[in-house]
Amino acid sequence: MSTEHALTPSSYITHHLTFNSQPVQGGFWSLHVDTLIVSGLLGLLTFGFLYWIVRGVTAGIPCKRQAAVELLVEFIDDQVKGIFHGDRNKFVAPLALTVFVWVLMMNAMDFLPIDVMAWVYEHVFGQEHWRAVPTSDINTTFALALSVWFLMIFFSIKVKGLGGWIHELFCSPFGSNPLIWPANFLFNLIEYVSKPLSHALRLFGNMYAGEIIFLLLGMWAATGLVGTIFGALLGAGWAIFHILIVVLQAFIFMMLTVVYLAMAHESH
Amino acid sequence: MDITFTLIAQALMFAILIWFTAKFIWPPLMTAIENRQKTIADGLAAAERGKHDLDLAAKRSAELLREAKEKAADILAGGDKRASEIVEAAKIQAKVEADRIVAGAVAEIEQETFRAKEQLRSHVSAIALAGAGRILGREIDAKAHNDMLDKLVAGM
Repeated sequence: MSTEHALTPSSYITHHLTFNSQPVQGGFWSLHVDTLIVSGLLGLLTFGFLYWIVRGVTAGIPCKRQAAVELLVEFIDDQVKGIFHGDRNKFVAPLALTVFVWVLMMNAMDFLPIDVMAWVYEHVFGQEHWRAVPTSDINTTFALALSVWFLMIFFSIKVKGLGGWIHELFCSPFGSNPLIWPANFLFNLIEYVSKPLSHALRLFGNMYAGEIIFLLLGMWAATGLVGTIFGALLGAGWAIFHILIVVLQAFIFMMLTVVYLAMAHESH
Repeated sequence: MDITFTLIAQALMFAILIWFTAKFIWPPLMTAIENRQKTIADGLAAAERGKHDLDLAAKRSAELLREAKEKAADILAGGDKRASEIVEAAKIQAKVEADRIVAGAVAEIEQETFRAKEQLRSHVSAIALAGAGRILGREIDAKAHNDMLDKLVAGM
């Protein structure tokens, strides 16, 4: 926590929830350096690790770390197999693996104790503002959700053709009678808008709320001995519960990705 | 909660990660896993086949054992039968031989008896002549009486 600020609850929370935003040209054209660096590092670390495993992969008796990675891969493959009926190995399953692993790692940054890390960021790296959980930045979740959304439209057109896709926009789900074309189109429009919104906001909301609760507990811990004890106890409880949330949200995000792409591959 | 250029940068990073995973991570891992699955499946099939073969071999060995036992029993029975046959034959032969020996002995005895009788006859005639000579005190014309004596001896 910065010593220059007066330590009030609102300044504490505001401090923790301020991005390290660097303007490129100001306004929209600015970058959240913290989000980018943390997610980039996590991507490098995780996928570098996977690549390291893959380079030493053997079809014979696997070593323990290969077995662990295979467990993950087979888990993802099983999930995708149940939803997506096509050649999943070409794109959808690797996409699911990417989404799950990356989101899981970004969510897992929430496990780092916020105030300790704030001190590290400030005194080791010289950064006053640093938010370490990329998935509690709405830019990240929307980046992922919109990428999936574009992929969804891309595969829809690729599988059904442009005409087929437009036909589907107007003729499903209620039927191909011209009188109900507007209803169909409206329905599909709402669906296309709501999919990325719910996809992105679900993850963002969960991670953001998780962070806020850690902050509130941290604030309570600063109010006195009783607050410290209960804040610590509840903080530990919330952290344990958070293990579930982190994994669950990564899993849900991956499943929705697979479901959306599977729907894009199916003709109605 | 401001949407910024970060979004596009993150999307770019996401695209790179997807490409990397789809190209370098997923295929080799899946290949390794599928190869191992195939190896395991083959191994299990081989084990199943081995078990089946073992069952067959066990069945076959039991069959062979049973056959061998039957054959041994047959051979034993045949041996017993043959042995009793040999004993019977030996008995019959022994009887025949015994009969023959007995017959020979009887014939020899008869012969001996006959010879003894002959000897006895000649001795009897001599004794009779000597006795008669003594009783009569004179020479007996052996010639004259030989015929009569011979007839006497023959009558004995």
